Amino acid sequence: MSAQSALLKEIAGPAGQNLNAQELRADARREQLRLLALLAPSLFLVCAIIIVPIGWLFWLSLFDESGALSAANYARFFEQASYIKTFITTFKVAFIVTGACVLLGYPLAYMLSQLPRRAASICLIFVILPFWTSVLVRTYAWLVILQRKGLINSWLIDLGVISQPLPLANNFAGVVIGMTHILLPFLVLPLYASMKTIDTDCLRAGMNLGASPAATFRQIFFPLSLPGLASGVVIVFVLCLGFFVTPALMGGGKVVMWAMRMEQTTSLYSNWGAGAALGVVLLVVTLALLGLFQWLLGARTTGVWSSR
Amino acid sequence: MSIAPSALPISMRRIEKRFGSVPVLRDLNLDVEAGEFLTLLGPSGSGKTTLLMILAGFVRANGGSIKVGGDEIITTPPHRRNIGMVFQNYALFPHMNVFHNIAFPLKQRGVAAAETAQRVEKALELVKLQGLGERRVDQLSGGQRQRVALARAIVFEPRIVLMDEPLSALDKGLREHMQIELRALHRRLGMTTVYVTHDQREAITMSDRIAVMNGGRIEQLDQPETLYAAPKTQFVAGFIGESNFVPVESRNGSVWYEDRRIQTEAPTPPAGPHLMVVRPEKLRLVTATEPSAGINVLDATVSDIIYQGDSFVCYASLRDGRQLTLRDYCRSDVLARLPAPGQPIMLGLDAKDTILVAAEG
Repeated sequence: MSAQSALLKEIAGPAGQNLNAQELRADARREQLRLLALLAPSLFLVCAIIIVPIGWLFWLSLFDESGALSAANYARFFEQASYIKTFITTFKVAFIVTGACVLLGYPLAYMLSQLPRRAASICLIFVILPFWTSVLVRTYAWLVILQRKGLINSWLIDLGVISQPLPLANNFAGVVIGMTHILLPFLVLPLYASMKTIDTDCLRAGMNLGASPAATFRQIFFPLSLPGLASGVVIVFVLCLGFFVTPALMGGGKVVMWAMRMEQTTSLYSNWGAGAALGVVLLVVTLALLGLFQWLLGARTTGVWSSR
Repeated sequence: MSIAPSALPISMRRIEKRFGSVPVLRDLNLDVEAGEFLTLLGPSGSGKTTLLMILAGFVRANGGSIKVGGDEIITTPPHRRNIGMVFQNYALFPHMNVFHNIAFPLKQRGVAAAETAQRVEKALELVKLQGLGERRVDQLSGGQRQRVALARAIVFEPRIVLMDEPLSALDKGLREHMQIELRALHRRLGMTTVYVTHDQREAITMSDRIAVMNGGRIEQLDQPETLYAAPKTQFVAGFIGESNFVPVESRNGSVWYEDRRIQTEAPTPPAGPHLMVVRPEKLRLVTATEPSAGINVLDATVSDIIYQGDSFVCYASLRDGRQLTLRDYCRSDVLARLPAPGQPIMLGLDAKDTILVAAEG
């Protein structure tokens, strides 16, 4: 057999088969296995710290105190008014704190996005700085500032602005002030990041085409900053729903939020089934809200999301 | 849209701009005629974009006057200038579709919905994007975005249109195509246009007049033909087209290269050193037997010949080592006597094509 015909035979291979098809398939399988092996530790972690505990939570919530299978833990929410009140308080706090964060955070993020790079990074440090202090310390600091004989009240009285101290701590207002302070960076940072990506030429184009600075802001800058605002709002709102330390300390026992209720139920009354049911309800409501939000926003700003 | 009745002349006087202590524009004066296509051409840092930004109102000058049809606009905010602009990166609004992008300036002017729809449709037609109004901006190609940006800048029939390197992001073929289209559109609409580019070929292709800028000043303002054929400075000669410079000297009323008298149709410059501008396509290979009247002949040696299909480039060095470039088309008679590297040749330059400029530092 000549060298040429041997080569032709090799190129043709077995009829209907690609050259080295089997070896290539085996190689692809080996590569996938290796990737799976690399992923294994993190997959295991996700299972161990997310899926297993949540499953266990569900399981626990289905048994009453005597250990019998029942829906009593869930029925309780509709029967006892205090649960409904806690639920309403939690959402009220979450809405007000989120609103306050938007009102304070939007102008702040806007200013940061317009500053020169160096000034912006210095200012950003001041936004991030509170992150490095524990929530507990910051909450106590607010108590010192806001209480009856705290900094604000004593100053205002000394200045003669008021005669009686303002009720700023150990009530609803205290909870809102403390939580707004702690959650503000969670709104500012994503919002700032999205504002930084807005092309200045788009704003220039807006003005060039006849829109006043205010109209340019309304019709161009604001819609383009919505994705960042949305993610900030979602983060703050969800964190609010599960917040514990600040309402527990600043509320003076008058503001009972969902997480505090859970803590009471499990550690004070040792009713794990009821506590678990609270957790499940919070989780489901949060997920439902996130879904709703995504759907509302997705419909409105598809263009913006997909152009990123 | 017919010939824009609103086309107005622009008159810029003593424009000064400094960034900190760095001067960017220095005592700049420029008149743009009504309906003219004028290009600001220069390297980066020459101040051309800054001048355009001052015209649009995005950058505040330190001093000067800009009059549009007699009205002073130097302190008018950008949204009241009624000047259309096409940005380098198009600056289309990503949250609006094509229709709303183009309708934006009409909406700001309170144009009724029915008329808006009609005018947007017309503008889309003008830039050959009929039927794409509902597309999202991110579904468009670079060339289509370019056209949307253009439609948006002209739909409100502005008195002036500014363009900041609008074609620089397109690939070569599309860029050349758009140059011709932009030119045709300008002829059709007749709006006063100020165009910024660093691409001299683009400037020559499109412009009625070109202002060559360098170091915050206008070096020369002329029609493309004049600019190419009669550059006034070494910078202009070097920036527009390809040029080699040969040092010559003016003495006793004549111009000399070494011991050879240079013939030129331009008036003899004042005594002292000058530069002869030698364009590759003006040079040709001559033989010793040809009459040399009206031709300046330079002796050189071929260093390399590069074949480029339609043409060839011959790199030759003069006796003093200075490199000259000759380009010619590959006609068979030329190819037949193509010299080889290392061979001595004679380069001929017509007296009519001999340009002299002052030597700069």
